[in-house]
Amino acid sequence: MTAITQPMAIANRRRGPRLGRIGLHLTIGILLFIWLLPTLGMLVNSLRPAADVSRTGWWTALGSPGSFTTENYAHVLAQAGLGQAFINSLFITIPATIIPVAVASFAAYAFAWMNFRGRDALFILVVGLLVIPIQTTMVPILRLFRDLGIAGDFLTVWLAHTGYGLPFAIFLLRNYMGGLPREVFESAAIDGASPATAFFRLALPMSVPAIASLVIFQFLFVWNDLLVALIYLGASNAANLPLTVLVANLSNSLGGEWHFLMAAAFISMALPLIVFFGLQRYFVRGITGGAVKG
Amino acid sequence: MEISFIKRSGLVAGLVAAAVVVAACSSGGATTAPSTGGESAAPTSAGESAAPTEGGQLGGTVTVIGTWGGSEQESFLAMVAPFEAATGIDVQYTGTRDITLVLSTGVASGILPDVAGLPNPGSMVEWANAGALRPLDDVLDVATYTAETAPALVELGTVDGKITGVFIKAAVKGLIWYNPAVYTGGEPATWDALQATAAAPAGNLWCIGLESGAASGWPGTDWIEDFVLRQSGPDVYDAWVAGTQKWTSPEIKAAFEAFGGAIANSYGGSDAVLTTNFGDGGNQLFADPPGCLFHHQASFITDFFKNQGGAQEGQYEFFRMPDINSAYAGATTGAGDLFGMFNDTPQARALMAYLVTADAQKIWVERGGALSANKNVSEYPDDIAKRSAELLANAGVFRFDASDLMPVAMNESFWKAMLDYVKTPGDLDSILSNLDTVQTSAYGG
Amino acid sequence: MDDRLITALIVVIGVPSVLFGYIALTERLLMLAPDHWRVRLRPWVWLAPAVGFLTVFLVYPTIYTLYLSFLDKFSKEFVGIDNYVYFLTTSDTLIALRNNVIWLVLLTFLAVGGGLLVAILVDRVRYESVAKSLIFVPLAISFVGAGVIWKFMFDFRPPGQAQTGTLNGILGAVGVDPVPWLINAPGNTVALIIVAVWIWTGFCMVILSGALKGISTELLEAARVDGANELQVFRGITLPLLLPTIAVVATTMVITSLKAFDVVYVMTNGAFDTEVVANRLYKELFAFGQPGRASAVAIVLLLMIIPVMAINIRRFREQEAIR
Repeated sequence: MTAITQPMAIANRRRGPRLGRIGLHLTIGILLFIWLLPTLGMLVNSLRPAADVSRTGWWTALGSPGSFTTENYAHVLAQAGLGQAFINSLFITIPATIIPVAVASFAAYAFAWMNFRGRDALFILVVGLLVIPIQTTMVPILRLFRDLGIAGDFLTVWLAHTGYGLPFAIFLLRNYMGGLPREVFESAAIDGASPATAFFRLALPMSVPAIASLVIFQFLFVWNDLLVALIYLGASNAANLPLTVLVANLSNSLGGEWHFLMAAAFISMALPLIVFFGLQRYFVRGITGGAVKG
Repeated sequence: MEISFIKRSGLVAGLVAAAVVVAACSSGGATTAPSTGGESAAPTSAGESAAPTEGGQLGGTVTVIGTWGGSEQESFLAMVAPFEAATGIDVQYTGTRDITLVLSTGVASGILPDVAGLPNPGSMVEWANAGALRPLDDVLDVATYTAETAPALVELGTVDGKITGVFIKAAVKGLIWYNPAVYTGGEPATWDALQATAAAPAGNLWCIGLESGAASGWPGTDWIEDFVLRQSGPDVYDAWVAGTQKWTSPEIKAAFEAFGGAIANSYGGSDAVLTTNFGDGGNQLFADPPGCLFHHQASFITDFFKNQGGAQEGQYEFFRMPDINSAYAGATTGAGDLFGMFNDTPQARALMAYLVTADAQKIWVERGGALSANKNVSEYPDDIAKRSAELLANAGVFRFDASDLMPVAMNESFWKAMLDYVKTPGDLDSILSNLDTVQTSAYGG
Repeated sequence: MDDRLITALIVVIGVPSVLFGYIALTERLLMLAPDHWRVRLRPWVWLAPAVGFLTVFLVYPTIYTLYLSFLDKFSKEFVGIDNYVYFLTTSDTLIALRNNVIWLVLLTFLAVGGGLLVAILVDRVRYESVAKSLIFVPLAISFVGAGVIWKFMFDFRPPGQAQTGTLNGILGAVGVDPVPWLINAPGNTVALIIVAVWIWTGFCMVILSGALKGISTELLEAARVDGANELQVFRGITLPLLLPTIAVVATTMVITSLKAFDVVYVMTNGAFDTEVVANRLYKELFAFGQPGRASAVAIVLLLMIIPVMAINIRRFREQEAIR
């Protein structure tokens, strides 16, 4: 505990000139306001009746509390199958986050700390795979799944998300692991530790901030994904489809009734934000600092 | 220390792996998707042929995909509710706006729903030829169906003489909407008479809204189609749909120019026309003071008037867009929702047979926002729906929405051309010749 | 429901355990091999699962795509480079390519720069987690939500009518006529890029913030004690240490800008000169039913990132030399 609080204590003590601090808070405040403004507008609009939204700006409602309504949210929450879709989303997202992170960490360590012929070229190739548009991969992979007899299983979605998520995961983790202090691994090697030990005992714990970032992103992308689930689970697999499909269906085919989309977007956003907030504690200084002596 | 770590971890991993295997086996098949039936519908799937349940009900499931979401989805589910009750069949509907994506991927990979709303007649032909869509001649009572449905709609659903697609919902287009409190004149006999209408508020005869997300421009195509049909007649219209009438021909150009005249006389000018969502397009009819006199749209716009325009019933009325050339009197355009069957299962057949009946279609009609393709539906929620249906049934010269019939590439270029034309009307010639280029490659296949 | 809970538990615990067991097992086996072989084989053992996934899900389909790009619309007849010629000679394509370049430059600079700025600024305040969460919200909100949100930012009503769009509302408050943001090129492409920047800055910020935390405080303290001011500390210590991560983030954003699709599709579908390459691909593949042409577009996209990869290789070699 002490090792972590000390660096933070130093940071707090280093306050600097008051004008500097005020400038800092002001700048951050302005940035946050600009970032939040669009979302704030939608939040206010989601609490107004649809007819009002088409006719006047959201800021006009701020002065008159009577013009607000929760009917949009009520409608979304009353949707049949909402709970089931939520569970489906969780069931899709959690494995589809864990598998790529696990697989990528091994690969990243190999790229970072093992020497072998063709390492750089292979790594660049992996990074290059980032550009492949998912839509072009769907038909051949679907056929493969069908031939294997697993079409429509949740397994297919997990595997697909793993495949699609690996290039970035490896890219990110390799960069972070490669930046870890060389001395740490060298002294471990001198002590006779195998690469496996070095990986599990040193590299992994020290890479926690990067792994936390990766978990956040992969969770987010899978949670918000519509296409992969729709195609691989099968659009006719109604009982197993995730929340994103249900949300997209709140508006009708002509694009009307989008006011429900606003409420649904906020509801659906809650979980990724909780995950993000929850993982913030891993973004603390001092995790690598402890491993380096001097 | 070195080896013992490996040894220990190996042991742990082994134990865990063993536990995993035991758990997997004991929950027998828990790793397969625990869906409630109606799963990966491969073309030869026999999973749905369940034995009849008590009372002679068929039971089982049928999977349906369509573009309908929101209240449309609710209406569809209401439409099939009596069917489900009567047959014990569970109708599983999934809506998606990416219907072309889902179905074309499905056709390529062989993973398809039992029944689906087809995006347009063109796709229907393509998928029928690919062997994915089943002909319905032995599913429906063809004679009854043909008698009960407008000939044009029957025709459009036919591929190689076999009925492959059926319309279960229809709409009539080319209606001129107005607020009876503002416009008190009667129905103009001709287009020229309409244009001569005096006392348009603030000089704006029309309000027009073309924005529609990825499909922006489609309301404009409806305008052009109505002009082509009224100015140049059904033969030119048909040739145009078939790709043999050039876009740069004087007939089509005249239609664009007529639309240009309407734009010049519309609320907010081209900026407003381009940025206003089609659902909000008619809002100015009900504003105080009203921004325009007329709004050109299809019969399904009434829901948008109510939800987004804040209008009450009685605040909107319509008349058919008037004739331009008396040779082509009674010209009317319309559209509909086409359904097809991919998997031949007893449940799917039962559903298709049900969907074309008047009893089924009247359910949606009564809920509002739709007209039936079946001529025998007679109960309407209000006068507007009744008159729309009559218009559809008694049209002098009826044609289906042209852009829906064109190849998709042509359709999307058409939408885009509308936007470009409204933005820079002076570029009409180059816009039309661009469409000609697309026409050559789109119809060339 | 119980079935699923068990399955989920199995996967969550099982997969890492299985991988762990796999490594442990292979380590044992490698112990039996001569030293020389052990060092050469081990990397491939560690890479095997990843390479397996990548081959099945990305490499194999790409080869298939390359094959398709030389076939006709029905994927039956060989048409040589016709699809490529078609793609490169349509006027839409040239506009799309031009736009992608604008996307590349603006999105990368603004998102990476913004992310870096925010990461550094909030590092020094106590409400850091809250601030970061707020910048992160756009990323969490999904493209469906973002599309609706920015519809309300850019909404336009004719002058004289009440504005419903935030930006035009602000303009109205200072007495300026409303602007139809999404109609006029090239401002509309910039507007779309702004939406993307709004979304992706949070992404860059999270990664850069993680890297920032990895810089040891002792190092920074020592520099400050030696009398360096903040700017010097930043340029001399922080920036060089962050450079590899900045490169990762920048590369990812460059690739994202080449693949930019959702924002354009949802807001304009390429109308008014906002077209981008990925949208062309989507249209050709799913709307027009032209898998051959769509495949050609995909291959062109792949070719477009070769310069990016070349830069990365060079950067790597340099990094290795230092390490």
